[in-house]
Amino acid sequence: MQSVSKHQKPITIVSPNSFLAWIGKFLLILLGLLALYVLAKNLIAKPSLFAQNVLDGLKLGFVYALIALGYTMVYGIVKLINFAHGDVFMVGAFVSYFAIENLGLHVWPMVVFPNITPMLGSILGTISVILLAMVICVLLAITIERVAYKPLRDAPRIAALITAIGVSFFLEYFGLLQFVFSARFISYKRPFEEVTWYINDGIHAIEKGVATPPGSITFSNIFVIIIVATVLAQIFLQYLVRKTKIGIAMRATSFDKPTARLMGINVDQVISFTFGIGAAFAALGGVLFAIAYPSIRTLMGVYPGLKAFVAAVLGGIGSIPGAFVGALIMGQAESLTASYISTPMRDAIAFSILIIVLLIRPTGIFGEPEKEKA
Amino acid sequence: MELKSILFSLVKIIAVIAYLYGLLWVLGVKVPVIKVGSRKLNISLLLNAVGAVVAFYVIQLALTDFNGFKLLNSFDSGLLYQACSMTMVALGLNLIYGFNGQFSLGQWGFYGIGAYAAADVTFRWMNGDSRGLTVLGIGVILGGLTILLIRKFLSNLRRMPVLSSFTLYLIGAVIAGVAAVFAGKFLAPFIDPYLGNSLEPGVLNQSFPMSIVFFFAVVFGGIFAAEVSFLFGLPVLSLGSDYFGIATLGFSIVIYTLMVNSDTILPFPEMKGGRGMIGIPKLTTWPWAFFFMLTVIIIMRNIIRSSTGRSIISVREDEIAARSMGIDVAETKLMSFVVGSLFAGLGGGVYAHYIGFLSPNAFDFLVGFNPLIIIVFGGLGSMTGTITAAFGWIFFLEGMLREILGKISPEAPSWRYVLYPLTLLLLMLVRPQGLLGNIEWGFLKAKITPLRNNETKEGVKTA
Repeated sequence: MQSVSKHQKPITIVSPNSFLAWIGKFLLILLGLLALYVLAKNLIAKPSLFAQNVLDGLKLGFVYALIALGYTMVYGIVKLINFAHGDVFMVGAFVSYFAIENLGLHVWPMVVFPNITPMLGSILGTISVILLAMVICVLLAITIERVAYKPLRDAPRIAALITAIGVSFFLEYFGLLQFVFSARFISYKRPFEEVTWYINDGIHAIEKGVATPPGSITFSNIFVIIIVATVLAQIFLQYLVRKTKIGIAMRATSFDKPTARLMGINVDQVISFTFGIGAAFAALGGVLFAIAYPSIRTLMGVYPGLKAFVAAVLGGIGSIPGAFVGALIMGQAESLTASYISTPMRDAIAFSILIIVLLIRPTGIFGEPEKEKA
Repeated sequence: MELKSILFSLVKIIAVIAYLYGLLWVLGVKVPVIKVGSRKLNISLLLNAVGAVVAFYVIQLALTDFNGFKLLNSFDSGLLYQACSMTMVALGLNLIYGFNGQFSLGQWGFYGIGAYAAADVTFRWMNGDSRGLTVLGIGVILGGLTILLIRKFLSNLRRMPVLSSFTLYLIGAVIAGVAAVFAGKFLAPFIDPYLGNSLEPGVLNQSFPMSIVFFFAVVFGGIFAAEVSFLFGLPVLSLGSDYFGIATLGFSIVIYTLMVNSDTILPFPEMKGGRGMIGIPKLTTWPWAFFFMLTVIIIMRNIIRSSTGRSIISVREDEIAARSMGIDVAETKLMSFVVGSLFAGLGGGVYAHYIGFLSPNAFDFLVGFNPLIIIVFGGLGSMTGTITAAFGWIFFLEGMLREILGKISPEAPSWRYVLYPLTLLLLMLVRPQGLLGNIEWGFLKAKITPLRNNETKEGVKTA
């Protein structure tokens, strides 16, 4: 056999320090410097506006974090991109809308206990609205899991992915029907009043009709609630996964399903539980998102869901702190590019950041390197 | 009445699928070599060509108007063109995902690139601006040459970081693009006078030159999509499977955003951004749709049934084993990604000139799941399945469901998107490997390799 070619070209090995090897890094460094320059220029020009944008980005990022938790946990355990998660988020927002609008659930403490303070009353009311949304979303997610994903656990992975897309389409297009949620933008009534403050030589409440002094940063109680709720959810989840029995079962299942089953773990139950937890956080996120941006519609879950998923990937899918960090990055990227680079291009830039981060760290910021095929 | 229309729609779908199977069968007809005297005549190829022409005329006849009677009305022919372009896109994705195992969600982005590029060329040409064709054509050719040159330069280098080669290619492509823009500006005064304007079409704007322009627009649009996919795929294909899917999803969203802002951020005011590009000449006719679809099917089949195709499949099965057999895994992945995107771009061009109106919403990533659904429906790694599923999908969803639901009540057509995911769910639960698995039919079937015994017999004979 003559397999060696006669005209073999001389092969040069590119040394890691040569110019050719550095060209790609130059490109990335150039991009990074450009971004830094834009940010620094605006930070120096108007520091208070910059801080305001960072706060807005935080608000968005914390909501994304709540959704991203569901994606990252489900992916960690069944390696499934659960496209229906964004629609569970939408259902959560709509459940809270109907609970407030039709049932008046947010005012029950005032009706049952007439002497209750308004503050405590609205807190109780809001919590009950959120709880209702959570319960319904958990039921929905567990039903979806049982009906659509469980029969496909041993099928090729793409089959489950296609059913996930199918479930997502079903929820969206069923919601779009006239008698369900319809395609309209619906204005959302908050379960409590928005109170805003501004920071300028200390924190002051904003009164109606009084202009805030220039150069002040405003924030509202919604911002505080979102941050508190997300941080509590994060702590709860860390506790759940690290310390409790079900958390250990979840980690074992995600690590090796057959072995976990041999160890006496009810794998199906653990998977259902994971879907349920994810859906509960998505519902919380949905209600908070609707409160923060009070206009809801059936397709509202598509882009936040996608961005939360991207956030989970950015942070390293399967990692809970990674989802949190990724979501904060996504929030900042969106808010800062919208204000300083180009508003209509903010999605494109957010996704370009995703691609660039993946090129530098192929499994995300906190992700573990992929295992070799056995 | 309703039962009748349901039956009629079903018959239509069955007829279309039977037609496709007939087409594939006739393309794959093999007859033994005839001996005429001392000469051997191989008439299989001739028979195949005749069969293709006959298959073409079957539909052409059904489309012609006989004193007001047409077997296929304009609604059906629209479905046919849509199905042709969808077949091209889905075959491309099947090459990338079904045969090469790279989970790509970016196919719809390349489809959009092809559609917008081709539509822009013919739109400008029709309105007396030749720069669309010249800039795209020169840019695509120059870009291809630059890429080949850089590849030649890089082929002797080992351990070159992917990002560095990407940067080199990017610089090359940008230079080629700038050169093409200047060349287009330089050439415009020589061509433009012959184009006239939309009110008084010039010499080059009559129907015959226009169809040639259409051909080149579609081809250049496809090649443009392929070159973009080369630049994008080079760094991104090194990611793992799911991460690659997400990066391509990101790509298709970036493309969508660019389409929405094509009149403000990109310098294409005629694309009109989010409002949608109107007034694209409707040049897609059955000959062109058939020609492009057939070309794509034949190219695809010849790739898969060659050593390249076997290396593509081996990369899907096991990358490490493939590498140890001497297959350049990165090269193979890139090749199938680029060819798949080329098909998507061609499909986009055909679609744009059928529909005459391009809106970014048609290229949203939610719609972009359609080709993925089609190839999974038909069976991953089955070309027959993809073709059947693409036609069946279009005729079922756009044809049958829309017609039948439209008869029930004017609001009912929105129900078809509720029924469709339910069908999808049912099918996935019943047959997770897709309708056809990896069965092939006729032309697309693998050639049966001759038995060892025959070889040894012949060996004995000659010895």
